[in-house]
Amino acid sequence: MILEVAGVGKRFGGIRALDGVDFRLDRGELVGIIGPNGSGKTTLFNVITGIYRPDQGAVTMEGEDLSALPPHAIARRGIARTFQNIRLFRELTVTDNVRIAHHPRIRYGPAAALLRTDLFHREERRTLEQAEEFLAIFSLQGRRKEPAKNLPYGDQRKLEIARALAARPKLLLLDEPAAGMNPSEVGKLMEFLSFIRERFSLTVLLIEHRMRLVMGICERVIVMDFGQVIARGLPAEIRNDPRVIEAYLGQGARDKD
Amino acid sequence: MEYFLQQALNGLQLGFVYALIALGYTMVYGIVRLINFAHGDVFMVGSFLAFYAIDRFHLPLTAVFGVAVGGCALLAVAIERVAYRPLRNAPKIAALITAIGVSLFLEYFTALHQVFGPNYYAFPRPFRVVTWEVGGIVFTNIQAIILAVTFACLLVLQFIVYRTRVGRGMRAVSYDKVTSGLMGVNVDAVISFTFGLGAALAGVGGVLYGIAYPQINTFMGIMPGLKAFTAAVLGGIGSIPGALLGALIMGQSETMAAAYLSSTYRDGIAFLLLIGVLLWKPTGILGKSSQEKV
Repeated sequence: MILEVAGVGKRFGGIRALDGVDFRLDRGELVGIIGPNGSGKTTLFNVITGIYRPDQGAVTMEGEDLSALPPHAIARRGIARTFQNIRLFRELTVTDNVRIAHHPRIRYGPAAALLRTDLFHREERRTLEQAEEFLAIFSLQGRRKEPAKNLPYGDQRKLEIARALAARPKLLLLDEPAAGMNPSEVGKLMEFLSFIRERFSLTVLLIEHRMRLVMGICERVIVMDFGQVIARGLPAEIRNDPRVIEAYLGQGARDKD
Repeated sequence: MEYFLQQALNGLQLGFVYALIALGYTMVYGIVRLINFAHGDVFMVGSFLAFYAIDRFHLPLTAVFGVAVGGCALLAVAIERVAYRPLRNAPKIAALITAIGVSLFLEYFTALHQVFGPNYYAFPRPFRVVTWEVGGIVFTNIQAIILAVTFACLLVLQFIVYRTRVGRGMRAVSYDKVTSGLMGVNVDAVISFTFGLGAALAGVGGVLYGIAYPQINTFMGIMPGLKAFTAAVLGGIGSIPGALLGALIMGQSETMAAAYLSSTYRDGIAFLLLIGVLLWKPTGILGKSSQEKV
């Protein structure tokens, strides 16, 4: 088991955004979270990554409680994520977007930088080489010097995933990776996700509305509604669960794909 | 013509000192969107530290810079930790009022007899002033030192911001704090470093100002602080090259106003510029209009 979410609750004023959410992820799994808008999926990601503290319950990773840690400390323990609406550093270059994810692993301080010691040069060279390797994996190396905002939408999504992976996560959280993609792009994204999962031996938790993607690549599915987990199981089981159909698939399945 | 060039040189000297202060305003604004009104007073503390280092301890000039830079950096990091960090997520106006409070505190606390004292003090020249004359224009070694030191500071700053780990962190945090944190960047540490770096430059400015305009008191930071703030706004607050450009324009316009109109107009001209910028181009010369995220 890599991650355990145990009885997590989060309120905003009178709204229970999360209400006793429980689940576990095993190492190497690819799990999908579905649920109607406002059901608490993104809030759950924000709790896992430390942007919000849970009011109740705990998130533990490899046996360590993450609930009281700040986001950067959680990131350093091996959780990286992407966002529903892309949040790249738009003005920074493509390379710098990836390099920033190396931040915790660079071992020189400001003094070494000012004195331009060997360590400084070695570390900066290593970081640059690794960033370029990453960009090559994602076929983004051709635009590495451009500001991220200049990339086409699909490449921005890719770059956001590249940046998350450059942080060397064990667990990758993807918030609607297929948002705004056409069916053929969704197909490519599915292949791509399978590829990076193998390549980087990742555990993946993803939020998605596109049933084709969820049913196609997720091994397990967790269904949320009103801040609670209302169903969980294999994609085929979920598809036929009456509560899920009522909460979500009833209208969603026909509209979306 | 000679008179004009002479004044331009004086303006350059003033502009470079403003630039050292303006950079701190602009970097702090860039990273936490706060106008740190206490910055001018940190500059004052830098001058006083240099004053003591020379007058009481007779330290060599490099050590004087070290004392002022280190002292200012520590002071600014402490101010950020105590006064601004608890208000990071509070409404902007709360932090702004706190900044004014910190500014007043520094001015009046240091004016106590037990601290720096309320009087004007003559800043001792740490070296003999040498003048050269080239084509009717008089240079002093003070001007040479100001230009050289400021230029060196700008190079170091450029290097830190664009070529180092912490600089990348600063740029990332200035665009998006939340995402930076999720990438493993310790946002608090980066913000502390930015305050320290800005204050270090103000410390350098404090030493140079004391050398060039050798009369100091605990309220000396107000005017240069406001002028440097104006310079940062003029150049486009948040922009490092903008702060330099704005400061050079401020230095020139102020000196020229004093030279060709009357020295009583110099402050008026400076703030007229500020009003003009705010009316016609609030983002400043090199500033970009920031799009608020939805």
